[in-house]
Amino acid sequence: MSPTLVQGAYIVAGLLFILALAGLSRHETARRGNRFGIAGMAVALVFTVLAAVAGRNGSGGLGIALIVVAMGIGAAIGLDRARKVEMTGMPELIAMLHSFVGLAAVLVGWNSSYEETAYPKIHDVEVFVGVFIGAVTFTGSIVAFLKLSARIPSKPLMLPFRNWLNVGALGLFVVLTVVYVLVPDTAVFGRHLLLGLVTLLALALGWHLVASIGGGDMPVVVSMLNSYSGWAAAAAGFLLNNDLLIITGALVGSSGAYLSYIMCQAMNRSFISVIAGGFGVEAGTAAVGDVDYGEHREVTAEGAAALLSNASSVVITPGYGMAVAQAQYPVASLTKALRDKGVDVRFGIHPVAGRLPGHMNVLLAEAKVPYDIVLEMDEINDDLSQTDVVLVIGANDTVNPAAAEDPSSPIAGMPVLTVWEAKDVVVFKRSMATGYAGVQNPLFFRENTQMLFGDAKDRVEDILKAL
Amino acid sequence: MRIGVPRETVPGETRVAATPKTVEKLVGLGYTVFVESGAGALAAFDDEAYRTAGADVIDDAVWNADVVLKVNAPTETELERLRPGQLLAALLSPALRPELVEALAARGVTALAMDAVPRISRAQSLDVLSSMANIGGYRAVIEAAHEFGSFFTGQVTAAGKVPPAKVLVVGAGVAGLAAIGTANSLGAVVRAFDARPEVAEQVESMGAQFLRIEVEDEGPSADGYAKETSADFDAKAADLYAAQARDVDIVITTALIPGRPAPRLLTEDMVASMKPGSVVVDMAAANGGNVAGTVAGEKVVTDNGVTLLGYTDLPGRLPTQSSQLYGTNLVNLLKLLTPEKDGEVVLDLDDVVQRGMTVVRDGEVMWPPPPVQVSAAPAPGTDVITVDTTATKARRRPLPAGTKLAAAGVAALLFLLVAAFSPAPFLGHFMVFMLSVVIGFYVIGNVHHALHTPLMSVTNAISGIIVVGALLQVGRGGWAVSVVAFVGILVASINVFGGFRVTARMLEMFKREEVAR
Repeated sequence: MSPTLVQGAYIVAGLLFILALAGLSRHETARRGNRFGIAGMAVALVFTVLAAVAGRNGSGGLGIALIVVAMGIGAAIGLDRARKVEMTGMPELIAMLHSFVGLAAVLVGWNSSYEETAYPKIHDVEVFVGVFIGAVTFTGSIVAFLKLSARIPSKPLMLPFRNWLNVGALGLFVVLTVVYVLVPDTAVFGRHLLLGLVTLLALALGWHLVASIGGGDMPVVVSMLNSYSGWAAAAAGFLLNNDLLIITGALVGSSGAYLSYIMCQAMNRSFISVIAGGFGVEAGTAAVGDVDYGEHREVTAEGAAALLSNASSVVITPGYGMAVAQAQYPVASLTKALRDKGVDVRFGIHPVAGRLPGHMNVLLAEAKVPYDIVLEMDEINDDLSQTDVVLVIGANDTVNPAAAEDPSSPIAGMPVLTVWEAKDVVVFKRSMATGYAGVQNPLFFRENTQMLFGDAKDRVEDILKAL
Repeated sequence: MRIGVPRETVPGETRVAATPKTVEKLVGLGYTVFVESGAGALAAFDDEAYRTAGADVIDDAVWNADVVLKVNAPTETELERLRPGQLLAALLSPALRPELVEALAARGVTALAMDAVPRISRAQSLDVLSSMANIGGYRAVIEAAHEFGSFFTGQVTAAGKVPPAKVLVVGAGVAGLAAIGTANSLGAVVRAFDARPEVAEQVESMGAQFLRIEVEDEGPSADGYAKETSADFDAKAADLYAAQARDVDIVITTALIPGRPAPRLLTEDMVASMKPGSVVVDMAAANGGNVAGTVAGEKVVTDNGVTLLGYTDLPGRLPTQSSQLYGTNLVNLLKLLTPEKDGEVVLDLDDVVQRGMTVVRDGEVMWPPPPVQVSAAPAPGTDVITVDTTATKARRRPLPAGTKLAAAGVAALLFLLVAAFSPAPFLGHFMVFMLSVVIGFYVIGNVHHALHTPLMSVTNAISGIIVVGALLQVGRGGWAVSVVAFVGILVASINVFGGFRVTARMLEMFKREEVAR
């Protein structure tokens, strides 16, 4: 197999991946983008497999057998998971998938530490960088997965000197790398020990980074881990002198980082402190205080239905609560019913609603809510004061007036949906508990706010019946 | 409780503290409203309209009510009519008139100053300074157009070409922005200047060109008002005014600093350098004026034919509109004071808004209130004459350009050093790496918000490309290597197949309405 043919195939695959990402940025081209991605992956895999098994240096029959078995098992698991996953479970699935990239990067790094290369010193550094990033991604994603699936509590882990722990781990990594480069090739045991140490170090760092971030900031974390997994692939590309891996990894890494940056801006948080981890914490330590917010008012489903049928414009602002209650289908039916009556129904989506960027959009799309009535916060905020009724379905911090009005609030300065400007607000909520930021929401006590307690799905269905 | 709305007695005052529309809302809050006969006559609201809205129209017995709503501060004779326990809301300018505060305290009333509302977003709806500044800015342009001998808009006609008027607005607060918008919609070429560079965006959004001067900025002020500027800044600003004065036809100045005399922006020389027929509207005339030669409340024509307008009653020249907005501000105040909507006033001095406005409580002087910091979460769009709030987000100070350059230089040097000792293939890969990073950054730059999740899952699938590494390793070297590579292929394959599949599933759901039907 000619090496230049493989190189050519890699260039084609790289271009297809760029087209895939570009396609995914618009609705009209999104599906085409995904197909470009699949095509690119197919080209890359076919030629890589051929290059790996064919020829005098190829791994031959044993190689192809191992590849087919491994890929078969992997494909079966992957397709199965993808078919079965609930849309509300997307964040967990994506976090889990990230951990696989991290794990694969660690394995590739270990394996290639045995390879003979022309430039051993550079190669040693590359092995360490690859293993380090891979391992951080691996445990970070696992912690994110566990937190998102509520298998461990989502509140931030508060170790003393946690910033110094992170910095110390990085410093230790640099020291270990230097030692590894200096240790001669013959000291096999020593080199294995160092590689093991750095793997453990990175695993611990990845765990700590994500464990010290609160659940409310998970959308940024997932996006950040996505970026890390890209960098891990790029590092592996340097290791193996493989340009395709470098291109793809860098594409994923930088686009993921940019996505996280956009989200940080939406939350008024510093990008640097996100990368460093534990950024949910400093904001959360401000004293909440025992402020008396007054009494909240309750409303029945029938009352809410009456409000809605008299309204001419309705805005629905969903949050994580809608995902938890699986209320997107009844919400879509409600939307349709109201639109058929001539009510102008729109959705206002906060950039960080849910546990994953664009989470709400995915859920609403699943329930066939037309996407041209699903608007972003900036598009809808100015219209809220002319809106008759706002339905807040399982959102809390993203509609908290304290962010705009109370400078001492832990979420002060975060842009929020200004739902309180509407004529009437109906809040669907299970109880009066606080949201992920742990901040009381004065919205619930406003005079134009009414609370509708209970499971969001049941309540929306009740309203539908009453309509 | 009873609310009384007396007729304003200050000569020239055209406004009234309640309109039929706001009376309805006050009644809705549980109050009984009494309006003095003829109170709204100058603002085009007759007694009948007030009666229809639910008010009792009576004589000056309105002064006996429990709550008295006024526009202007009470005069000597009006002070006599106040009795202990009454609540008065009006424009009191407590900072400038300490003797009035004393007099109010002596009468034993509770007095709320509508012009002392703290500048926090919650209180925007009662901010009279904002609502009046908006009207004033509009009227300033109308007055200027009235005095100006030419069109505002440029035209090419059979009788020749008319150049557009050039308007300079100094101070981009609510008044300045309103003036910009009005002048712009009349077709003039509008330029604006403000000591706070952060308002440039707002100025440009209203259709004006923002004039900049290069100077070390001291950052936004803590309380949302403009502050006094440095000497360096003043010198450069003066140069700018001098240059603009020679060029423009209309100047509208709105610069005020709370509690201080208005800053002098245009000197006599600058006014003298203006073209004959030019018009200057000094909206700060009441506080000493921004322009040399303006007289508060008067129109002055200079020797070189420049008209200086120092009108201090600009909002009052739109009495209907001003009364409606002022009345609504008062309704919002009473909403705040009537938490139970039962027509009973509850003054809560723990609330910073109410505390800030309370000048006198039951005869006890409460002025000045403790300072309120608003910059942590200031609201866009509020403002007094000239000054706007600071930017919406608490912003970090950007690094000085020099520091950034130095950091970039050090980084470049370090990289060159590393590169010098690197093998050629490494640098080739590095080039590919850097270019891909840049492409990745731009290619998703304008991604639609709704597509974040599919984008992430597809990039996730693509990063499964790491399987390539494991593919090349499996089946060679020792058995340990093969086993590790086998596991690597397995997990990475989950990623590749699962990622693409789930993306496709998600994208199937994103359908436009027509398709879905």
